[in-house]
Amino acid sequence: MKGIDTTKSFEELVKALDLNNLEEQLNHPQSLREDDLHNPDFHGFIRLLTPKTDAELETMAHTASRITRERFGRVIQLYAPLYISNECINGCTYCGFRHDSDAHRVTLTDDEVMEEAEALHETGFRHILLVSGEHRGKVPPERIARLARRVKRRFPSVAIEIYPLRTVEEYRTMVESGVENITLYQETYLPDYYEKYHPSGPKRDYSFRLAALDRAGAAGFARLNVGALLGLAPWRVDSALTGYHAAYLAKKFWKSVVAISTPRMVDAHEGITPPFPANDRALIQAVLSYRIAFPDSPIVVSTREPAPLRNRLALLGATTMSAGSKTEPGGYTHGDEHAERQFEVEDQRTPEEVVEDLKRVGVDPVWKDWDGAIG
Amino acid sequence: MENLIIAGRTFRSRLFMGTGKFSSPQAMVEALEASQCEMVTVAVRRVDLDNPHDPMMEAIDWKRFFLLPNTSGARNADEAVRVARLARAATGTNWVKLEVTPDPRNLLPDPVDTLEATIRLIKEGFIVLPYMPADPILARRLEDAGAAAVMPLGAPIGTKRGIRTRDAIEMIIENASVPVVVDAGIGAPSHAAEAMEMGADAVLVNTAVAVARDPKRIAAAFHLGVIAGREARLSGMAGTSAPEASSPLDGLL
Ligand code: SF4
Repeated sequence: MKGIDTTKSFEELVKALDLNNLEEQLNHPQSLREDDLHNPDFHGFIRLLTPKTDAELETMAHTASRITRERFGRVIQLYAPLYISNECINGCTYCGFRHDSDAHRVTLTDDEVMEEAEALHETGFRHILLVSGEHRGKVPPERIARLARRVKRRFPSVAIEIYPLRTVEEYRTMVESGVENITLYQETYLPDYYEKYHPSGPKRDYSFRLAALDRAGAAGFARLNVGALLGLAPWRVDSALTGYHAAYLAKKFWKSVVAISTPRMVDAHEGITPPFPANDRALIQAVLSYRIAFPDSPIVVSTREPAPLRNRLALLGATTMSAGSKTEPGGYTHGDEHAERQFEVEDQRTPEEVVEDLKRVGVDPVWKDWDGAIG
Repeated sequence: MENLIIAGRTFRSRLFMGTGKFSSPQAMVEALEASQCEMVTVAVRRVDLDNPHDPMMEAIDWKRFFLLPNTSGARNADEAVRVARLARAATGTNWVKLEVTPDPRNLLPDPVDTLEATIRLIKEGFIVLPYMPADPILARRLEDAGAAAVMPLGAPIGTKRGIRTRDAIEMIIENASVPVVVDAGIGAPSHAAEAMEMGADAVLVNTAVAVARDPKRIAAAFHLGVIAGREARLSGMAGTSAPEASSPLDGLL
C-alpha cells in the first residue's frame, strides 16, 4: 500500500487520524470505483469498506477471488491451535479465560503439551499454533520457547499466540526456538473501546500491545499476523485500522509476511453478547477489501466461523484455516470435559470433514507449506 | 524439435512445469501430462519428506517426469542451502532450482544471496539452476560460478504479466553459454512463444496453468506455444537475431 509513513510509530499514525471523522467516512456509502480494485492506497481501502450494494459486492468478490487464485492458487493451508494454559491475569470482558471468571484453570505440563501435539500430528497437521493466556508465572516466555523447540521437531511450522513480550530480545528467543509466525490481535484499535473492554491486568496498556508486533518484526519473525476481534467496536473502523496496521508492518518489515485474521466475536463462556455485531455480510466485505488491498497477505479464518461460510470464504479470499479446533487446554487428548474453552467453536467439523468439504468446492487442503530448514 | 541439454542431461520438452496452486493433485497430474513436459519442479517446503505417502509426491509418476526440487520460501543463502541439502537427502537428486526470495510480497530473487548460494551449492556437488532477476551481469556471474542454467524472471512470480524484462533477457540470451530458462511471469501460451522466439532455451510455467479454469487444456496450449516459438526461432524469422546459417560476409573479406 502506497504512502505509509514508517518513520513514525503506528500509534502516532493512529493518533493523527480523526477517528470520528473516519467512522463517518466509513459509514457513508461510496460507490465502487474501478481504480480502487487495483492496489488501492489507504483512502481507496477505506472506500472499499463503505456500505456497498449487492452488485458492488459481487464485483469486489470477482476481483478478490481472481487475486486469491492467482497469488495463492486453489489451496487452503490448514493449522491447529494448541492451548497450553487458560490461566490469565487479564480481565478482558469478552473472554472466558479472564481472571475473575470461574473457569476451571488448567496449565498443561510439557509432556501433556507434547501429547496434544502428537494427537494433532497424527491427524495430519504440520502447522501448529501455541496459545496461552497471560500468566508469566505459570507460562513464562522461557517455557514457551522450550515447548516451541520440542514441538518444532515434529512440526515444520510453529506459531505463537501469547501475551505481548517485553523486548525484541524476548521475541528473538522465540524466533531462535523455531517460531516463525506470531499472531497478536489488538482486539480493537479504537482506544476508548479498548479501555472499556480491558479494565484490568497488563493488557490495559493499549500502547504496549500496539507496539508489540514492531518488537516481533524487529526480532525477525517470518510472519506477523494482525487482527481485530470484530464485534467489539464498529467493524468498518476496526477493519480499516487493521488494514492500516498491516500496511505499516509490511512496509517496515519488508521480509515478513503480514497476515490478517478476521476473528468475530461469538458468545464467550458467560454469554456476553457482542456490542457491535458484525454480520456475515460485514465479514465478507472485510475479507474482500483485505484481499483487494493486500493481494499477498494470507487471510486467516478460524473455526469461530460456521462451516458453510468458511467453505465460501475459501474461494473469495481466505487462504489459511484452522480445523477441528479445541480451544481448551488438553482438548485433543481429553475430550471436551477437561477445562474451560476460550470461545465456542462454530465449525464443529472434524479436520477430515473440513478437508473433504474443501476438496468438494475445488480447493486443495495443504497440511504443510513451510519447512524447518527455512526457519 | 532438437533436444535441450542441461548439465549433460537431455530433455525432449522445453516446457518446465511447476506444481503449486493446483486445486488437487489429480488436476496437477492431468496438467503435467497434457503439457508433455519432462522437468517438474516441486517446492520442498510443500512436501512432507518424512511421509512416504505425501499426496503431491505420490501423485506424480517419477519415472516419467524429472524431479527438480526448488527452495521456494528460502529467504537467504543459508536457508536455501539447507533446503537443497534436505531435498538431496530425501530424494537422491542433486539437481536444485535455487530460489532465494527475501521479499514475501513480490517474491523477487535476491541477487546477492542467489549468487552466494549458487557458489556454495556447486561446491557441495549440486547441479544448480538459479531463479534470478533479469540482470545480464548477474547471469554471467552465475554462469562463471558454474550454474547449469540461468532462470531470469519475465515478471514477478504469479503476476502472469508476460516478458516485462525483454531487453535484459535478450542480452542474457545473447551472452549465455548455458541454457536460459525464462521463469515467472509467463501468463499465456503467447508469452511462452514470445520467450522462445527471443531465443530462450526453455520456459517454466506454473500459475497460468494451475489457476486456469481448465488446467489440462491450457497446459496443452503451452506445449504448442513453446513449440511454435521454438520453431519460429529456428526458422530465422524476420526481425530476430537468430543465428544465420552463414555469415553475411562469408567469402567477401
Ligand atoms: S483474551 Fe487473552 S488476555 Fe484477555 S482474558 Fe482472554 S486469554 Fe486473557
